[in-house]
Formats: sequence, C-alpha cells, structure tokens
Amino acid sequence: MNGFFYIAAGVAIISTIFVITGKNAIHALLYLIVSFLSISVIFYLLDAPFIAALEVIIYAGAILVLFIFVTMMLNIVIEKKKEKKWLKPRMWVIPVILAVTLFFDLVFAVKSVPSHTIEKGIVLPKELGIAIFTRYLPAVEITAILLLIGVIGAYHLGSQKKKVFHRFLEKK
Amino acid sequence: MITLPLDIQLLFAGILFMLGLVGVLVRRNIFFILMSIEIMLNSAGLVFIIASAYWKQPEGQAMFIFILAVAAAEVSIGLALILRVYHHYRTLDVEAINKLKDKE
Repeated sequence: MNGFFYIAAGVAIISTIFVITGKNAIHALLYLIVSFLSISVIFYLLDAPFIAALEVIIYAGAILVLFIFVTMMLNIVIEKKKEKKWLKPRMWVIPVILAVTLFFDLVFAVKSVPSHTIEKGIVLPKELGIAIFTRYLPAVEITAILLLIGVIGAYHLGSQKKKVFHRFLEKK
Repeated sequence: MITLPLDIQLLFAGILFMLGLVGVLVRRNIFFILMSIEIMLNSAGLVFIIASAYWKQPEGQAMFIFILAVAAAEVSIGLALILRVYHHYRTLDVEAINKLKDKE
C-alpha cells in the first residue's frame, strides 16, 4: 500500500508544478483537478474515506467547475499571449530560492523530532459527525454564516448594476 | 491503511505548500494566484488529515471540513471580484489593478 502513496504523491507534485508553470488557464485547471484527485487518493490511504469523497465532490467537483465557468467568461487567447510576456524565467529565481529555504527549515523541524509511523486505525464518518455536531457545533454555525456571507457577496459583486440616480439628480 | 513514517507525509504536504507559495509569488495573473491559494489551502488540509490519522481522532477531519467551507466561500468571492476586475480593466494583471478609486 505504501507504493500507492508514492505514486499519488508523485502525480500530485508533478501536476501541481504544471499548474504553477502553465500558460493556458484551462490546461492549468485540468492539471489542478488531477492534483486534487491524487490528493484524494492520499486521503483514502490515510484512512479518511469520507474526506476523500468530499475532496472529489467539493474541491474537484464544485470549486474547480466554478473556476472553469469563470474561465469561459474571460478571453483566454489574449490572456495566454500576455502570460507568455509576463512569465520570464528570471522571475522564478528569487521565489524558488525563498521557498526552498523555507522548505529546508521545515525539513529540519520535522527531522528534529523522533520519527513515528502511522498505524492502522480508521476514523469512521460516524465519529466525525458526532464530533462536528456536538463539540464543534458553534464552529459549524459560524461556517454557515460564512457561507451565507459568501453567497451574498458573490451575488453583490457579480451582478451588473446600472447606475441609477435619484430622479432629481438625473441628467436629462 | 499505509504504514509510512510521519516525516515523509508531512514533507509531501510541505512540498505542495511551497509549490503554491512559489505560484503566488511568481505569477502576475490574478487567476493563477487564486489557484495557487487553493493549492496552499489544500496542503494545509492534508496536514490536518495526517494528524487525524496519526492520533486517530476525528478533530483533524472536522478541521478539514471547515477549511473546505472557507475555501468555497473564498473562491466564490474571489472569482466574482476577478470578473468585476476583468470587466473594468480588461486585464488580469495584478500590477494594473493598483487603483482603488473609481474611474469617474
């Protein structure tokens, strides 16, 4: 089973590299879907099958479909040409150096504690539901308000408003 | 299901997070920046799931569900903003979007 983890991790890393280096937005989104699906495989291997299903349904299914619909409203051909102009190779140097430095910091932090192995022990969706709807019920309610704010905000920002003046201020 | 050391899994999540960070720092297209933020959120959720599998407690998975809700709200607002910006400026360049004031 450990081989599956390495395969899924390799697929996730390679497709994520394609996402951040891609020039065409649609291709990058499809690579992002592949990345999320392989991370979902990793969730399944980590004994979280319910979370794996949520990852496929909500991340790869809902959020990225939203991305794709928005991409259809943008002019991809023009954006791709601009993207080629913006993405110069020398722009990658300093961010990659910074990120690799931070990553080695992380490696040092992880390696400084003694190594453990994850053993078997599945967390069933039942336990998850009990935890969410008893101990974390206030957090669920706050999340519900957050989603409501998201809906209202997206509606407000997304609606094309006509400028309406007061009838005394209206220019004839 | 798997018997891997904790280090390797945490380092995999770290690699994904660093890739997202590089994406945020390098790209000038606001659309790709939003995608990179999604990658970073997802790798943070992966760390929660790893912790949940390690301690065999459901708390990590509960946190992942909250991260999912936050990501959904963030994406809907962000994409609506991107559409407004694109209709207003006709570009997705973050360096062109430096005026908060209305044009009129």
